[in-house]
Amino acid sequence: MAELADGSQVTLSNEEILRYSRHLIMPEVTLEGQKKLKAARVLCVGTGGLGSPLALYLTAAGVGTLGLVDFDVVDYTNLQRQVLHHTGDVGRLKLDSAIDKLKAINPFVEIKRFDTYLNSQNALDIFRDFDIIADGTDNFATRYLVNDACVLSGKPNVYASIFRFEGQASVFATEAGPCYRCLYPEPPPLGLVPSCAEGGVLGVLPGLLGVIQATEVIKLILGVGEPLIGRLVLVDALAMRFRELRVRKNPDCPVCGANPTVKELIDYNQFCGVRGEESEAPSSVKIPEIQPEELKRRLDAREDIYVLDVREPHEYQICNISGYLIPLGDLPKRVHELDSSCEIVVHCKSGMRSAKAVDFLRKSGFKRVTNLTGGILAWADRIDTSLPKY
Amino acid sequence: MPIKILIPTPLRPYAGKQAVLEVTGQTVGEALSDLVAQYPDLRKHLFSEEGKLRSFVNVYLNDEDIRYLSKDTTPVKETDTITIVPSVAGGR
Repeated sequence: MAELADGSQVTLSNEEILRYSRHLIMPEVTLEGQKKLKAARVLCVGTGGLGSPLALYLTAAGVGTLGLVDFDVVDYTNLQRQVLHHTGDVGRLKLDSAIDKLKAINPFVEIKRFDTYLNSQNALDIFRDFDIIADGTDNFATRYLVNDACVLSGKPNVYASIFRFEGQASVFATEAGPCYRCLYPEPPPLGLVPSCAEGGVLGVLPGLLGVIQATEVIKLILGVGEPLIGRLVLVDALAMRFRELRVRKNPDCPVCGANPTVKELIDYNQFCGVRGEESEAPSSVKIPEIQPEELKRRLDAREDIYVLDVREPHEYQICNISGYLIPLGDLPKRVHELDSSCEIVVHCKSGMRSAKAVDFLRKSGFKRVTNLTGGILAWADRIDTSLPKY
Repeated sequence: MPIKILIPTPLRPYAGKQAVLEVTGQTVGEALSDLVAQYPDLRKHLFSEEGKLRSFVNVYLNDEDIRYLSKDTTPVKETDTITIVPSVAGGR
């Protein structure tokens, strides 16, 4: 943080002075603070749920240089919460979409684009030209990567993460404060913690948390108030309760402790147990699969096939193919409802939960159980395009 | 002596879908044992097969991490609140 520019080298035009007048008249900001904002360089990792409000507000506030890292393309299911992206942007690069909006809000902000997946090879290079890093990523591997790169390069990590109605926020990796690894030394095993794509997220929740991040970024730049260092804010939007927990700097922390063992960036996919693209299969045995076309042909031929749907009842309401519904979590106690002499095809939304169900059923003695490849989404794509996708 | 335990959203499916539970015990360890006795599905999310608290699960007594108190032998009293703080990564 020592290298943060004091703003004495920059000037504000009359246009900028008018634009930022509500800042300039506050004793906590003033002209001096606004110049600090203009001199500051902030990197947003991700332009999705958290990255949208972050980038929007930092741009509006007049942060001089804003870096954006993203490789993704705008998807229709993003629009419910990723407010940087509009309906017409579906299919565009998130960076293109984001930069259009941000430029329209504030043409005085310089935007640097990094059209890439942040990884151990490029992170330190990308971080070099920034003062503060804001983590709006969506997976454990990238979160540990962002944290370690922040510690190694001595830059604060303004952190938030979200799940359904709950969020967490803190400021990690400042000189005196704890880092993400002080709080969470190790990632959870793969599959134990569902992602937003699997578990869902309330659309406004990343708004709440991303705005907390933007607030902390601005406070760090201005050097005012009490930054969220050594404190973890827990937000429960259902109860609308904000709680605060203390996070201590762990003297034995492998990256920011007194005797660090992590002195350079590591392979974070390996660290977080990620093999291949998606989560690993629930068992080393190959899960037998059936393609949607094959299932359709055999059902049309009136073959005796029992379709088991292991999604949740509220998903069944959105769309179903008349399968028998037993949510994956209830399967162990409801397994007696199934006839092991029948041929069973199991499906879920995209094939992950049903693979676990097939694995479980085979271990429970069911011999003729297969997994519908790609789940009901593949069915909607390839067999019945009238089905809604979610 | 009932102690309040706050259950985070990702673990609620294994805790009867409840956000707040009451358990008994003289220490944090006893309170957590009572919790997994009431809700056995929670066990694998909180404890390793050797029965140790998993490293990615943080347990707080009021606003302090039990790692910096007396870990699972930290004494608890009726007015205390135990909070389970899981890692979540979502952001998009």
